[in-house]
Amino acid sequence: MQQTKLRRAMMFMPGNNPAMLQSAGIYGADTVIFDLEDAVAITEKDAARHLVHNAIKQLRYPCEVAVRINHIQTPFGLDDLRVVLPAKPDLIRLPKAETAEDIQEIDRIITKAEQEQGFPAGCIRMMAAIETAKGLMNAYQIATASPRMVALAIGGEDFIADLRTSRSKEGHELFVARSQLVLAARAAGLMVIDSVFTDANDEVTFIAETKMIKQLGFDGKSVINPRQIRIVQEIFTPTEKEILHAERVLAAYKEALERKSGVIALDGKMIDTPIVTRAERVLAYAAAVRR
Amino acid sequence: MKNAVGRIIPDVIKGFKTVRPYAGPFAFTPEGRMAGAKIRSQRPGSDKVLESISQAIDAAGLKDGMTISFHHHFRNGDYVLNQVIEAIARKNIKDLTLAPSSLNDINDAILPYIEQGVITAVETSGARGKLGKLLTSGKLSRPAIIRSHGGRARAIECGELHIDVAFIGAPCCDRYGNMNGINGKSACGSLGYAMVDAAYADKVIAITDNLVPYPVRPISIPQTQVDYIVVMDSIGDPAGIASGALRISRNPRELLIAEYAAGVIEHSGYFKDGYSLQLGSGGASLATAKFIREKMIQQNIKASFGVGGITAPFVQMLEEGLIETIFDTQDFDLPSIESLKNNPRHLEMSASYYANPHCGGPIVNNLDVVILSATEVDVDFNVNVITDSNGVIMGASGGHSDTAAGANLAIVVAPLLRGRLPMVIDEVNTIVTPGETVDVIITERGIAVNPRRTDLINNLKGTGLPVMSIHDLQQIAYDLAGKPEPIEVSDEVVAVIEYRDGSVIDVVRKPI
Repeated sequence: MQQTKLRRAMMFMPGNNPAMLQSAGIYGADTVIFDLEDAVAITEKDAARHLVHNAIKQLRYPCEVAVRINHIQTPFGLDDLRVVLPAKPDLIRLPKAETAEDIQEIDRIITKAEQEQGFPAGCIRMMAAIETAKGLMNAYQIATASPRMVALAIGGEDFIADLRTSRSKEGHELFVARSQLVLAARAAGLMVIDSVFTDANDEVTFIAETKMIKQLGFDGKSVINPRQIRIVQEIFTPTEKEILHAERVLAAYKEALERKSGVIALDGKMIDTPIVTRAERVLAYAAAVRR
Repeated sequence: MKNAVGRIIPDVIKGFKTVRPYAGPFAFTPEGRMAGAKIRSQRPGSDKVLESISQAIDAAGLKDGMTISFHHHFRNGDYVLNQVIEAIARKNIKDLTLAPSSLNDINDAILPYIEQGVITAVETSGARGKLGKLLTSGKLSRPAIIRSHGGRARAIECGELHIDVAFIGAPCCDRYGNMNGINGKSACGSLGYAMVDAAYADKVIAITDNLVPYPVRPISIPQTQVDYIVVMDSIGDPAGIASGALRISRNPRELLIAEYAAGVIEHSGYFKDGYSLQLGSGGASLATAKFIREKMIQQNIKASFGVGGITAPFVQMLEEGLIETIFDTQDFDLPSIESLKNNPRHLEMSASYYANPHCGGPIVNNLDVVILSATEVDVDFNVNVITDSNGVIMGASGGHSDTAAGANLAIVVAPLLRGRLPMVIDEVNTIVTPGETVDVIITERGIAVNPRRTDLINNLKGTGLPVMSIHDLQQIAYDLAGKPEPIEVSDEVVAVIEYRDGSVIDVVRKPI
């Protein structure tokens, strides 16, 4: 069965902005990601990780709370983990993941922190953002490097830079990478989350891109502006028509099983196993939305 | 004495009429007859056009101790009020009561004349910036009187506010005084507030930068009410009068509040074909237009009329046929002015028609839904729109209490926190609109319905909207920002907040 935890819209919030940290939970994102990496200047890193620690400890967020740490190969990543883990975030997002070893090292640090703090083992999850060709080549190994891993994500801007190309509205340059990432994540049984779309005022392209990545198989999208959340969620939420169809598919399937019929049909069309699986996924998603 | 919203009001306020405490939104029944202007006459062939403001002041017989009025349709582009006061000061006239429909930042230019005693009293809807601070400072000879738009019209029509000379900025005026606000370089749209002044002032002086051949068409204020006309090079700065088009907010917090507001309207029980609405020009209330428009299209619902304070999003709904008729006291942007000019379903109305409680029936009585803003609300649903957290006058009463009293569903939208200050508190610093006329308070973190409205509470159940008690909402604010200390004030009353019926709902005391 597909994971039903919703991560349709994962919203980045700069970790050094107290007002944004305070209001991060009100917009209905499935996950808020407090950023300690690109959105935070080097001179602000220290303040940001402590702000994020206190925000997670003191404020009640009605959604999953993630922290994007700096890469552990930078001078900031290990300090980020040291300060943030005792606040018990739900999820640590590693940027620029390139090897399984990076994931395993962070896993060890999290395990130690969980033991020291008395947290339930495995309560802090991980996701990794693939932002280079090398990372993409190792995506499956990264995805399977730790049982904490719940999702892979693609970091589009860095990836495009690594490809030595530029971003187009259509996103052709990311097509292969996105597709490969979906394959790697699905093979590992993980979710897969698309990159941010940086022009918050270009709703038309944003909607087109979100529909496209949903079609490719993604589970959700990283967003940078609260206005993008609802758009993503609506696109990823099954429509009443889809739900109704899925219910009818499953009813037809159940009825065929009961009468031990090998042939299942609905409205004159054959129903095979993948259609049943897809219907189950639609209903699981709809149920998760209702929750 | 304690009034019906629990405020301690002095029995006697120096310089103020007999204090009648607020007793409820419709507790007071007026008696008597309406006031009137002095009888005037003009012989055939007379010329009303004078050469200067100075001449007009002389011709009108303005003397020490009189009351003068202005309209605020030019908003922050107003040149009329400042230039007239300057001309009055040059004549060494003193001790005037200034009674404009409202004051804007641009009117800070008259501060020296208040200091010099040219103006010693102010009766208006509100004030901002330095003028607001000055009104709060207690430097006037008597407390400022703050009235709602409907309350001001009422006060003028019953004679409580008698205007000796009304100065009316006229974007378009002919030689006999017919005027409108829709043509000319200083077009401001509706002249709704000025209509009442023109009808009741003893002398009316039109000041225009656009004298056109007789007759003006259409006529907003007729020649029968105008005594003199003065032509100036410019009566206003178009950039300050109206913006290109008020844009729907992109602020995510305001959009969230707006979305909740649209949701509350949708499920309130009033959202059906033929309903009526007023939206404000503030960020969240304007953004509500976006969401309510979408819902009206989706559900094929059309409004019978809209009221305002008109803005481009409202005009768009008129043009799309989502609103049948617009009634307009004031325009905020150029598309609204153009619409008033060109669309026969967009009607100009006076402040009295809009909101005067003591007339044959103001249009606010016909409103289903109004969305209002607030600087503070309290756990009794009382609303402050006049003073800031330091007790300084910085806003305007406007049509707030009028529409809240008249509409079936009065929604107040406000952020739960402004900066680090909670906006839902135990007691607002100043009550402008009584809680018994407020139905719903909407913030980005939750929605509180007035417990009096059990019907609304029921209607909003199961809608997914974050409805909670006002105390829960307050607790969230206090958890995030702490409980604010009450501000310390002296006994000195610097402003009286009149409810729309003329009773005293609150006073502003000088902060220490």
